[in-house]
Amino acid sequence: MHLAYPAVLSALLFCTGLYGVLARRNAILVLMSVELMLNAVNLNLVAFDVWLSKAAQDTLHSGQALTLFTIAIAAAEIGIGLAIVLAVYRNRGTSDIDKLRDSAEGHESDGPDGDALTAEETGKAEAAA
Amino acid sequence: MTTTTLAVLVPLLPFLGAAAGLLLGRTAPGFVRPLAVVPALASLVLAVLVAVRQGGGQAIDAATELTPTGSVPIELALHIDGFAALVAILVGVVASCVQIYSTGYLRDDPRYPSYAALVSLFTSAMLLVVYSGDLIVLLVGWEIMGICSYFLVGHYWETPEARAASIKAFLVTKLGDVPFLIGLFALATDAGSFRITKVLGTVASGGLHHPTLVALLLLAGVAGKSAQFPLHTWLPDAMAGPTPVSALIHAATMVAAGVYFIARLLPVFEASQAAMVVLAVMAAVTMVGSGLAALAQDDIKRVLAYSTIGQLGYMTGALAVGDRGAAVFHLLSHGAFKALLFLAAGVIIHAAGTNSLAAMSRMRGLRDRVPDAYWTMTVALLALAAIPPFSGFFSKESVLAAEHAATGHTQLAPVAAGWITLVAGLLTAVLTAAYAMRLWLLAFRGRGAEAPDHGRQPLTMTVVLWVLAVPSLALGGLAYRSLPDWFDGRDLTPTLTTSVLGTGLALVGGILTYAAWRHTTAVAARVPLGAVAAHPEGGAGLVEAEAIAGHAPAYGGVASAPDLTDPGRLLLGPLYRHAAVGFHVDAVYAALFVRPVQAGASLVRFLDREVVETYVRGAGALPRLLGAAVRRAQTGNVQTYVSALLAGTVVLAVAALLVATGV
Repeated sequence: MHLAYPAVLSALLFCTGLYGVLARRNAILVLMSVELMLNAVNLNLVAFDVWLSKAAQDTLHSGQALTLFTIAIAAAEIGIGLAIVLAVYRNRGTSDIDKLRDSAEGHESDGPDGDALTAEETGKAEAAA
Repeated sequence: MTTTTLAVLVPLLPFLGAAAGLLLGRTAPGFVRPLAVVPALASLVLAVLVAVRQGGGQAIDAATELTPTGSVPIELALHIDGFAALVAILVGVVASCVQIYSTGYLRDDPRYPSYAALVSLFTSAMLLVVYSGDLIVLLVGWEIMGICSYFLVGHYWETPEARAASIKAFLVTKLGDVPFLIGLFALATDAGSFRITKVLGTVASGGLHHPTLVALLLLAGVAGKSAQFPLHTWLPDAMAGPTPVSALIHAATMVAAGVYFIARLLPVFEASQAAMVVLAVMAAVTMVGSGLAALAQDDIKRVLAYSTIGQLGYMTGALAVGDRGAAVFHLLSHGAFKALLFLAAGVIIHAAGTNSLAAMSRMRGLRDRVPDAYWTMTVALLALAAIPPFSGFFSKESVLAAEHAATGHTQLAPVAAGWITLVAGLLTAVLTAAYAMRLWLLAFRGRGAEAPDHGRQPLTMTVVLWVLAVPSLALGGLAYRSLPDWFDGRDLTPTLTTSVLGTGLALVGGILTYAAWRHTTAVAARVPLGAVAAHPEGGAGLVEAEAIAGHAPAYGGVASAPDLTDPGRLLLGPLYRHAAVGFHVDAVYAALFVRPVQAGASLVRFLDREVVETYVRGAGALPRLLGAAVRRAQTGNVQTYVSALLAGTVVLAVAALLVATGV
């Protein structure tokens, strides 16, 4: 199988996950999107491992080993993540990410929830980067 | 045990007692009193043993060097001659008496544990000064005494007078200690050692290059510690501390440290005629000025404080004519009777509920309320006024005799010093008798309302009065024949001329005061005055603290009272107003030093607040502005952050690609 197929598939998966993380409001769906991104990376790792081992007689299969490692870490991560989401939901009655703004600068004075502002600041952050 | 071991234990025991008292004070209050009294008594016994073994003969010297300390070595050294042995006994006796007295006096005081520990630490430091054979070790004890004095003067820190007095005492004595330290360094540089024996050896062989400079520098520290003019102003104010502290520190021991120091290093001072004359002038001004001031004070303890300054003036006067035997003899007898005077004054203040002599003079029968204090204080005042055969007579006569001898031809001291101190000493004899008489008449011969009855004084407070009355009565007469063996061997027997002159003048002073009192006392009953402070059921310490705090509001000042019937007012005439405030020395210092320093401080404050801080604020403005802008990005929405991250990554990736392809 040509390397392009898994690579394109994983790119699609990753973009889907990224879109979910950026656009979804429910924290559980955001977590699921993160899983999608992780699995895209896993797919890449396995595909490139196979391709490289064919080319350079690499018998160590470090890509596959790393994949197993990532899966284990992801399992732990999703466990903790879901527990946090559950605790937040029990505490506040919502798991809407847009409403969890406790770390905002001066969040007591709940200013206008403006998307325009967010866009403007994103631009500024880009400039800083 | 060897004598050296015993001598090391003498300062060490009170130190351990102080450490244990500070550690156990809160957890085991039952041990505090034994821990205060037992080490003092033990070190007294050991000091007596050391004195018996030393016996006034060859000085005991022992030294050990802990570690090399650069050019001039510092050694832990002992140097015990007759002076050290006897002064140590005096310190032990007074410290033991004061500790026992304090258990009664500060019975109800919540801060008694720390108080007792500080008194122990003070005792230890004083004994260190007395026994030390190394100038730097001596300086350590010297400074520990200074800080203990600061804490103990401020014992009633609830009152503003005590706070101000403790800071003043500390600052004024430190002002003297800085030149003192420089003087020690100069002395050690010339001698190549801090050991007293080696320093004296260098002086004897003429190896001291700048004797006048060194002596004057050392004199500054001595003037601060021994409350000599012009650094005497802290001592009268230090009476804001508890009475036992005044007795121990500000009468019998610490203020005597300066005199003792000169006695130790007398050859250094004798090497410079100028220093001896300065010492004589200082002693004369101190003696006469403090005698006049004592005659105008209203607070019973301030009278005694000025009297202490005057008696220390006698000692420095004797040193100015090069007779350290007479000086230390007067130090010993003065230590005994002045400690007694202060402790008895504490009893009187407790019984009368006031520290004001004017208020006491309007109380009938105060002497029947405190018979122990009455009799012992009479003995001590007679000793202070140098009436034979009390101990003060013999010691003061030995001083006057030495000064009289110095007016003739001696190699030891300049003739001018002899005349200055002799005239001042005789003048002070009149004044001393006058203020002693005034104190006695006003305190015990008052007329008016019946004195309040607070029941019997605690036994611990009255017994020590009688213990101290014994040396006040008999020390001089018994000791003047044997003391020369302990000292330099110079005769301390009173001579006929000075005895007759001194006693006659003292009688004149006493009789004049009595006549003035007879004259004024007729009107005294008609002029009611003042409030008696304090609730009588409180402990003695509490009564005293309230009396001190109440004096200024009731009488318009800590020192004086508007009492028209005061015999001192009649005797001093127009001088009274100035003498009551210590001849405006405090006001002069305030104008010369305090106000310029305060003005400088406010200038610095202005520069710092208005000039320096403006620059700092200006420098901070730009980062502040940037920070405010960046802060707005913190919306708390995680998705915004991730978006920014993604955008940044994309920009970086594009940039990397462009660089890699070399466009």
